[in-house]
Amino acid sequence: MSKKIIYLDHAATTPVDEVVFQKMKPFFSRQYGNPSGLYALASEAEKALSKARQHVAQFLGCQPAEIYFTSGATESNNLAILGLVKRFRQENPQTKPHLITTSIEHPSVLKVMSALKKEGLAEVTFLKVSEEGIIDAKDVKKYLRPNTILVSVMYANNEIGSIQPVKEIGKIISSNKKESGYPFFHIDAAQAANYLDCSVKKLNCDLLTLSGHKIYGPKGIGALYLKEGTALSPLVYGGGQEQNIRPGTENLAAIVGLAAAVVKLKSPKAKNKQIAKLRDRLIDKTLKLIDEVKVNGNPQKSLPHIANLSFRRVEGESLVFELSDKGIAVSTGSACASKSLKPSPVLTAIGLSPIAAHSSVRFSLGRTTSKAEIDYLLKVLPKVVQRLRTIAGTN
Amino acid sequence: MYTKEVIKHFRRPKNLGPLKNADVCAQVGNPICGDVLKIYLKVINNKITQIGFETIGCVAAIATSSMITELAKGKTLTQAKKITFQDIAKQLGGLPKVKMHCSQLAVQALQQAIKIYEQKNKS
Repeated sequence: MSKKIIYLDHAATTPVDEVVFQKMKPFFSRQYGNPSGLYALASEAEKALSKARQHVAQFLGCQPAEIYFTSGATESNNLAILGLVKRFRQENPQTKPHLITTSIEHPSVLKVMSALKKEGLAEVTFLKVSEEGIIDAKDVKKYLRPNTILVSVMYANNEIGSIQPVKEIGKIISSNKKESGYPFFHIDAAQAANYLDCSVKKLNCDLLTLSGHKIYGPKGIGALYLKEGTALSPLVYGGGQEQNIRPGTENLAAIVGLAAAVVKLKSPKAKNKQIAKLRDRLIDKTLKLIDEVKVNGNPQKSLPHIANLSFRRVEGESLVFELSDKGIAVSTGSACASKSLKPSPVLTAIGLSPIAAHSSVRFSLGRTTSKAEIDYLLKVLPKVVQRLRTIAGTN
Repeated sequence: MYTKEVIKHFRRPKNLGPLKNADVCAQVGNPICGDVLKIYLKVINNKITQIGFETIGCVAAIATSSMITELAKGKTLTQAKKITFQDIAKQLGGLPKVKMHCSQLAVQALQQAIKIYEQKNKS
């Protein structure tokens, strides 16, 4: 692996930023104190923890006490949904809660919802998306019930990048809120935080999920914004950390890393334009150079760094392997590459046949992606597609 | 996740492409995952003298297509019918468990081709 790879899978994970890494380093073997301790080493750790919390709170425009650190977006999403349902059921044992979500959520939302439904613990409405992978905000209003306790919608999709009308949904929910606070609005911003405004006041949300490793921070760390007064019960019990909502000794190095990564996310607009320009170049040239390519979703209504393309008569995993041979890292929604052997539910939700999903590849650009890298991809891609289409023959 | 032998067959598949003078061609597909596979046979005196394949599929599907054509070439129809998924997997140095169903397509395609050939030559 001495060869430099062209990494176009930033939606899967990002490298830890150098500045972030430097900030994390002291917290492994020098400033290793437990923030709960009373001696100097511990109070230094406590200070670092509280500073990190402030930074994340600033990014979201909320109070530091409304930030809860978790092990990542998967845990944040699970905690948000399961924690709300648990609390509601404790307080309203006679009523089955109703939840609204979309059919293109990340598995850490979708599978939680399906499990709750299957176990009979909640009623769940999965909102349909358009061909562009976007829900209709009005549907949220349409499906609200007296027992709706949560609406959970991702800010932007991880496979095709489609941006959801979360501000509009926030408004709808705000004006339909009961005195009890229900329904609450949760946004999974794991994929969007890099590019979109995450001010919780503007979004009108009660809960919001962040992930460290999608924003050039470390893996294994995330945060959940929980608006003061949001009724949620913890899923694990322990020593009282994170206001008893998520106990366990704080993963301080990672928390500091997450905060440092968040601080680097300032002024998104210029950055977004630049990356969108490269992404559009990738799409436009690919369409010119290669026949029978379909763009999945609508890039102009999506995150600026994602291009999801289907190459007819080519299977995604094969294409990923071929590109990997040439030093290019991408991913696919093909059933052949999934553990479940089912095509990507996101791609089928936007109307793709299993065959079209079979031939899909996601390119996701990042901070360091250069024009030269995209041009190298554009040089390699037609040849690789051609070879696989030759193997496909008359099929 | 794949063995060297699998990668080798994926990179340089054997017996690739259709046969112009094929006696039979069978196509099988897996509607769930989307893999499609075609096998062509030229048969002389109940022996497979030439064989070709065309596959839309993952690395495992392409490699098993290539390997089954290698295993079937020169065999009698009776012998070729006995080629199992396990035989192919063994020759390829193993296949990931999750790839079983892609890989079984190759066996299905060969058996289908032989079946069609035998039916044609009965009547």
